[in-house]
Amino acid sequence: MTTKLFGQRVPRVEDPRLVTGDGRFLDDLGHDALEAAFVRSPHAHARVVDVDVTEALEVEGLVAIYTYEDLDGRTNERLPLLIPHPTLTHGRTQYALANGEVNHVGEAVVMVVASDRYVAEDAASRIRVEYEFLPAVVGVAAARAAEHLVHDDVPGNVAAVMVQQTGDAAAAIDAAPHRLELDLEIERSASMPLEGKGVLARWDPDDRSLLVHTSTQTSTSVRQALAAKLGLPVDRVEVVTPDVGGGFGVKIVHPWPEEVLVPWAAIRLGRPVKWTEDRREHFVSSAHERGQLHHVRVGYDDEGRLLGLDVEFWHDNGAYIPYGLIVPIITSTQLLGPYKPGAYRVEFRSLYTNTVIVTPYRGAGRPQGCFVMERVMDAIAADLGLDRTVVRERNFIRPDEMPYDQGLVFQDGRALLYDSGDFPASLARLKDLVGWDDFASYREQARAEGRRVGIGLACYVEGTGVGPYEGGHLRVETDGSVVVSTGLTSQGQGHRTMLAQIVADELGVPFDRVSVTTGDTRRFKYAVGTFASRTAVMSGSAVALTARKVRDKALHIAAEALEANVEDLEIVDGHVRVQGSPSSSIDLGAVAVLSNPLRYAFDEAAARATQFAAPADPDRAPVGRGEQPGLEGTDYYSPPRSTFANGMHAVVVETDPDTAEIRVLRYCVVHDCGTLINPMIVEGQIHGGVAQGVGGALYERMEYAPDGQLLNASFMDFLMPYATEVPDIEIDHLVTPSPLNPLGVKGAGEAGVIPGAAAIAAAIEDAEGITISKMPISPSDLFELRRQHASREDSA
Amino acid sequence: MKPPAFTYHRPRSLDEALDVLASLGEGGKVLAGGQSLVPLMSMRLSAPAALVDVNHVPGLAGVEVGADAVRVGALARHSAVEHDAAAYAALPLLRQALVHVAHPTIRNRGTTVGSLVHGDPAAELPAVLCLLDGSITLRSAQGTREVPAADFFLGPLETDLRPGELAIAATFRRPPAGSRSAFVEVARRHGDYAVCGVGALVADATVRVALVGMGPVPVVVDLSEAYDGQRLDEDRARDLVDAQVEPEGDIHATADYRRHLAHVLVARAVRQSGSDRRAA
Amino acid sequence: MSESLVRVSFTVNGAPYDLELPPRRLLSDALRHDLRLTGTHVGCEHGVCGACTVLVDGAPVRSCLLFAVSLDGAAITTTEGLRAPDGGMGPVQRAFHECHALQCGFCTPGFVTTVAAYLRDHPSPTHEEAREAIAGNLCRCTGYVNIVAAVERAAELLAGSAGSAGTAPDGAAPGLPEDAAAPEPSGGASRRLPPDPSTVAAAPSVRPLADGAGAPPASAHPAGRDSS
Repeated sequence: MTTKLFGQRVPRVEDPRLVTGDGRFLDDLGHDALEAAFVRSPHAHARVVDVDVTEALEVEGLVAIYTYEDLDGRTNERLPLLIPHPTLTHGRTQYALANGEVNHVGEAVVMVVASDRYVAEDAASRIRVEYEFLPAVVGVAAARAAEHLVHDDVPGNVAAVMVQQTGDAAAAIDAAPHRLELDLEIERSASMPLEGKGVLARWDPDDRSLLVHTSTQTSTSVRQALAAKLGLPVDRVEVVTPDVGGGFGVKIVHPWPEEVLVPWAAIRLGRPVKWTEDRREHFVSSAHERGQLHHVRVGYDDEGRLLGLDVEFWHDNGAYIPYGLIVPIITSTQLLGPYKPGAYRVEFRSLYTNTVIVTPYRGAGRPQGCFVMERVMDAIAADLGLDRTVVRERNFIRPDEMPYDQGLVFQDGRALLYDSGDFPASLARLKDLVGWDDFASYREQARAEGRRVGIGLACYVEGTGVGPYEGGHLRVETDGSVVVSTGLTSQGQGHRTMLAQIVADELGVPFDRVSVTTGDTRRFKYAVGTFASRTAVMSGSAVALTARKVRDKALHIAAEALEANVEDLEIVDGHVRVQGSPSSSIDLGAVAVLSNPLRYAFDEAAARATQFAAPADPDRAPVGRGEQPGLEGTDYYSPPRSTFANGMHAVVVETDPDTAEIRVLRYCVVHDCGTLINPMIVEGQIHGGVAQGVGGALYERMEYAPDGQLLNASFMDFLMPYATEVPDIEIDHLVTPSPLNPLGVKGAGEAGVIPGAAAIAAAIEDAEGITISKMPISPSDLFELRRQHASREDSA
Repeated sequence: MKPPAFTYHRPRSLDEALDVLASLGEGGKVLAGGQSLVPLMSMRLSAPAALVDVNHVPGLAGVEVGADAVRVGALARHSAVEHDAAAYAALPLLRQALVHVAHPTIRNRGTTVGSLVHGDPAAELPAVLCLLDGSITLRSAQGTREVPAADFFLGPLETDLRPGELAIAATFRRPPAGSRSAFVEVARRHGDYAVCGVGALVADATVRVALVGMGPVPVVVDLSEAYDGQRLDEDRARDLVDAQVEPEGDIHATADYRRHLAHVLVARAVRQSGSDRRAA
Repeated sequence: MSESLVRVSFTVNGAPYDLELPPRRLLSDALRHDLRLTGTHVGCEHGVCGACTVLVDGAPVRSCLLFAVSLDGAAITTTEGLRAPDGGMGPVQRAFHECHALQCGFCTPGFVTTVAAYLRDHPSPTHEEAREAIAGNLCRCTGYVNIVAAVERAAELLAGSAGSAGTAPDGAAPGLPEDAAAPEPSGGASRRLPPDPSTVAAAPSVRPLADGAGAPPASAHPAGRDSS
């Protein structure tokens, strides 16, 4: 009896190739291609007056130089606004190359194509662009003040104003026995995968078809966008994802200017063209996220139960808004976490600034919302002198209240309806894991030694597995191997391993006979993409359903061949056999042969399916109505709404009384993503998310000068944590299966990062006795807070 | 981020290197470790017309421990100096500072002399050279000159190296027998530039410290008048340090925080030197 | 005006190459594009991320901070050179696989070379030493927890394959090709630092903040406990 793989720590099939240096990332491809480089605006806001390419023309190896004036067809239109919303009344997107105006440092103005990147940069450096400076709007405060505008036709720099509410929050707060007001801020960070973006395009003039490799999170959507922009039939465009060196959200945006321009140039030049983004480009021309300013009013009773919550916030969306309002919508809705807010009102303004665009970065607005809610919980606890876990427990939605409708609309346009979760149980596990009840005495003991330690916790809920759908295709080959494909993409999450585990179990085949392809439009054409922690839920379920479909077909064909009843058959190790009678069996490869009635045998195995060899009912059509040849199937999974994972983190920090350095001593996670397909992969995702949470809490901040220059556009000054900055991470799982999909799974990809800033802020506050309302926080920030606090206390 | 083109010279002897440098004048730059120069070139912030690659010139990589000084040749990598047992016994402060220079991988290629010639006041080695009253030996086709540390560092990334000159060695003078030293630093992450760093040298009656990242050049402060032979009067030391340092604010830290760190780390460095190796 | 090429000879993973390259060609690009050894990756081109780390004469260096023409006579080892003789995973690579120490795989080559050289010189690191050994390489996917475990696992695998003898007769540690033997020690240099507290370059986040950092609370569970 084969062991079930579902739930096992199966080592990854992706590894052997990657770890031996045999990966095929974008820049590893296309050695024969021309290479592109860009002249990018050095100014945050300016009119482009003139472009002088004279000196660049002398560079040996130069092939072409393009500006906006060269773009034709639909390539000279603005890039698409991907996710419209009724409240997004002033949506603005950019042109692929600047059309007379630039709105952030890094915006592409001129494209250079040359024999290699060195030469392309030589030519680019010789291009003289004349700009007329315009005032730059940088930061939420400047955007709100609107002394200057980013876009002339967008009053107040406001792209959208959106309100969601349940009940009458203002009244509830006014009537409450207790009230608090908080101002909170999270600063901008970014996904920052180790591999930047990249595009390789080949135009085949004989076939009149375009093949594009791009380091994207959504090959199917890029395909549609390119077909539209380049005026090509969709079936003449294929988009393939190579190995991708991380995404974390930034590669879901599409089409990037370069994704349009590189194929356009390849077609025009009749040569393959490649662009590999360098790190500086990534800082100033991909996307950032996290920057928000919040003003909160909350009313609560003597027990600390929320009666009303009113949140007003300002979201910095950067110079353009191609991804719409997804991030602030997620903040608005996921802010509620595992709690009942009483009455709730949230209003946000999404504001333009002359900075890099803002699109989802792992967590996608949830870290901000979690920060706000968890600071509120801690503030209530402090005000009432209650234990911080007690206040949370009193506000939890209870398991018997599931499904719980928060009465709001989520980012997928569907109800914010929590389907599963046991928050009290998760919290109990977390308290046990970190030793919450023993901490006070530990803190005292440390204090006696002259050390400052503190503990903090944060809880969150995450809507995962958003639709609209994903699909799976599975085919059993005549040699018994199983070929699977799904349309979404992979950036290191082990999808091929996870999906192969599902297929191996569902179909009854050996794991090592299953191969999975993701993100290749030649193999699977209908998909949405990889984002929002949805792969296990969406493609996992779709692939499971597909495998069941194929299994059913296999059993029916085998039943005829074995002259048995379908109900008596099982598939074990790739053999269909009669239960309890293993000698009566047929292997799946043979079933595949039989599934495709042939006139011509192309090999020995195929001979068995030819008309004189195979037993067949002479009066029945070889392929019946509604049937298809081949042992293969396609199926889709499309849920009515998201399924809700949750988690809780607890952090112990130590702060140095003298240097104000901050050190994370322990990081504990209790995590509920429903059933676990591969716990090793899930834990890896949590580790990575936690590291980004620590980074966002203590190290990572995009530093924009008032004139819009990004001061830390390199890894020297944008500080991502090394191994010495991330502690060992302790994880405990709780499993409340999702009722919404056949596997009971919930998404896990983003979980690790969501509560990091909140939990660390809480722990620092606990250690220092100083309110922390802004993240990230550096030792220098803490030093200044200490001084302000001390002088307030002196004058108190 | 690809560097612009340059003319490349690969001299096989010191004389050949000096001749090439003489002929190139201002247009020539020495390539030794390259750990500071190459990224500047890749970012196109520096575009020397010619590079003189001295990595194949023999006789420049030595670490010589003498009675009065440790002399480090131009091509001695940071890691070689760091792991040299004799140098450590003679002058522990070198290794104490070197372990804070970037990461081991950078130290495998970057040279100690190169770091001195780069002259970054936020780097550790210039401060160490100043604290030890060391000097740099500069050779050109015209001859040799020895420049004391105090005269060598002129400003941020500005030293007294002249066109046509090659720094062939740095001399770190050994402190009196029985001296103790320590090097402490606060950086944002492991291996980052110091937000503030302090090297301390303590003899029987004297205490001197050098501060990293606290002015346009390394700041050396004599704290002897605040030292009674056993303990440092931290208030007095603070005043002496404040009189000399010019901290600046940047995206990583405010000037006030840096000044505060200077006070804390000076005291820490002096305390720590008490429990450290004594120089042989 | 075309760039004049410069001749340079070096070996990569034991194979000799005689090349003519523009002097400004970075070693990372020469390996990847001139020699088609794309295992080494480029993450930042300013020497911080470490994805480009290769071994030059046995020592880890950033290939993005080297001009290829400067490496005349050098022996270079890339991650491809750390495979097993049959082309499969070498011991360090296998350790990464076993410990789930890679996700997207982009940073991995820089870790593999760094770890291979480190374990050759320090065959049995403590947990914190293992963490410190990889503290110069960035990873955005894994959060490092499993990479630290992979260093420890690789130490086990290397110790197992060498038996108790330590190093192979030719001076290279098992798992490393012959030309990646430890760099020649310069007169009297020791491979292992003496246990001198002031030399421990701990990051602010793990540096003892006072004499003797206290232990976490007694009820703490060991890292990574999974009660599923």
